[in-house]
Amino acid sequence: MQIKDLFSKKKYATIPSERPKRDIPEGLMNKCSKCGTIQYSKELDKNLKVCSSCGHHYRLSAFERIGMTLDDGRLYEYDADMESVDPLEFPGYKGKLEQQRQKNPNLREAVVTGEGTIGGHPVVVAVMSFDFFSGSMGSVVGEKITRAIEAAHEKKLPLLIFSTSGGARMQESILSLMQMAKTSAALSMFQGAGGLFISVFTDPTMGGVSASFASLGDYNLAEPGALVGFAGRIVIEQTIRQKLPDNFQTAEFNMQHGQLDLVVHRKDMKTTLGKLLDMHTVREGLSHGG
Amino acid sequence: MAGEQMLPFEKPISDLREKIATLKTLAESNGMDFSEEIARLEEKCKNMEEELYNEMTPAQKMHIARLHQRPTSLDFIQAVFTDFIELHGDRLYADDLAIVGGLAKLNGLPVTVIGHQRGKDTKDNIARFFGSPHPEGFRKALRLMQQANKFNRPIITLIDTKGAYPGNTAEERGQSEAIARNLREMAGFGVPIVCIVIGEGGSGGALALGVGNRVLMLENAIYSAISPNGAASILWKDATKADIAAEAMKITAKDLLEFEVIEDIVEEPQGGAHRDLAFTAERLKEKLWKHLAELLPMTAEQLIEDRYHKFRKIGQFQIAQTASQEAEEVTEAPEMTESAKV
Ligand SMILES: [Zn+2]
Repeated sequence: MQIKDLFSKKKYATIPSERPKRDIPEGLMNKCSKCGTIQYSKELDKNLKVCSSCGHHYRLSAFERIGMTLDDGRLYEYDADMESVDPLEFPGYKGKLEQQRQKNPNLREAVVTGEGTIGGHPVVVAVMSFDFFSGSMGSVVGEKITRAIEAAHEKKLPLLIFSTSGGARMQESILSLMQMAKTSAALSMFQGAGGLFISVFTDPTMGGVSASFASLGDYNLAEPGALVGFAGRIVIEQTIRQKLPDNFQTAEFNMQHGQLDLVVHRKDMKTTLGKLLDMHTVREGLSHGG
Repeated sequence: MAGEQMLPFEKPISDLREKIATLKTLAESNGMDFSEEIARLEEKCKNMEEELYNEMTPAQKMHIARLHQRPTSLDFIQAVFTDFIELHGDRLYADDLAIVGGLAKLNGLPVTVIGHQRGKDTKDNIARFFGSPHPEGFRKALRLMQQANKFNRPIITLIDTKGAYPGNTAEERGQSEAIARNLREMAGFGVPIVCIVIGEGGSGGALALGVGNRVLMLENAIYSAISPNGAASILWKDATKADIAAEAMKITAKDLLEFEVIEDIVEEPQGGAHRDLAFTAERLKEKLWKHLAELLPMTAEQLIEDRYHKFRKIGQFQIAQTASQEAEEVTEAPEMTESAKV
């Protein structure tokens, strides 16, 4: 069976590579949170939302990321209709969920999953969105990620996850925590069977997401400046009673401490992913040695 | 209960006990007969205790789970197992004393037993980082579990931590990676794994020893994604409202049994495990053996499958009624390359 056959049965969605216009009025300016430089939104979009002055990588929504990463911005989305419930009957959770959905009209939860291609290589992707509930992982995020891993396993496709998360979804407490085990167990099966998993940390990836699937890539990449860690800076500063350096937990800091394979600029991300995928493509008819 | 730390909610009982003690002393010194009054008060005390301890709130359980005198992993290892040989170090960096582990026998069966270890006093607590592991602790645990897997020994873990240590050195050495790796590797071991939350099961640092075929909890133990104190400071910017958060977060053994996150609850004596270690250890041993006995006949593949399904089914969600995605326009399938064959 070919991937093509799989796709042709289903409708294929094109994801707008720019934010829907209704979100950003024409002509709006953006101010860089790192260096304060003011730029036209249009210019910023053209620059993949990287500050032209200091190189700061702005946070992206899941669909912006998909637009920049997948060929033609095309994604065959999985489980688009899956949404959170309130299993603990936690005070205020339902209202907060509704608020998040209204704030993010394109999203029902903090992760978008599906299939697409990068440089012609088919991949299963999961892309998280910090905009939605700080990218926190509840049952839906865990389930969608697990299903994506299982789909990659079943279809023998590479798996690519862009993570960004504040950590556990407190309002789902223990069920949230167990998603760490669920996703990691699915990776055990997938990677144990030879599956390829490329993990990309984006700003910020903390707590339960960092301490589960996001750290388990065969290759762990990150965007420049992305905060990656388990505990938050404030908690650590309170514990050790010391000020931490400015670069603490940045992608560069993590790479320097041996925790990352590579820090990749956004403009090079798609090419780098394409190269990595290409390295894992089995070529027939190649002569050995020479 | 002389010398025993009483929690605020236990004060009515301790007050009454004090009154009884005073009466007894008075009776002895004055030679007066208060026996009827004493008997009446003792009966009242017993009733009060039953009422209080049988209907404990999640917050009250949380305070019991965190009691300094509550038995630790080493206490249970000594009381439940025999022939314990402690093994040290991760072979990479250090020996993290926040996690202890080694070989032991359970009813004569060699097992690997690993647990978080709080300190017995201030000095011990500092050495053990109050039971909060660094990456080297999780990696020590992993090394011992890999050893168990190699020699086909069941793995028993005892969970008791506020969470992984939140320090800069822990981050530098890959706290996230160490926890994540344990989750994935535990999922893949072909030996039985039984985990017991004996005190506080805090966050990823607890779960890093928690991917078992069976997960049990002591009756007053708690288990959550974030400590009620942490939740309170996020929700209400006030960590002292931990008791309120504890009620909302469904952290008790009973709650987790209902969510099918755990398989069984180990009974504690009235007032908590610290009142009677021998009793608690005996109940723990019974339950542990019961579950282990069910797992021992299973093949490695069956055990891995069983563990996968235990965690695979956890989570609650729904499929939205409105299926349309307004923001997306539908186009034809893209050209796929030849390499797309599957
Ligand atoms: Zn800038």
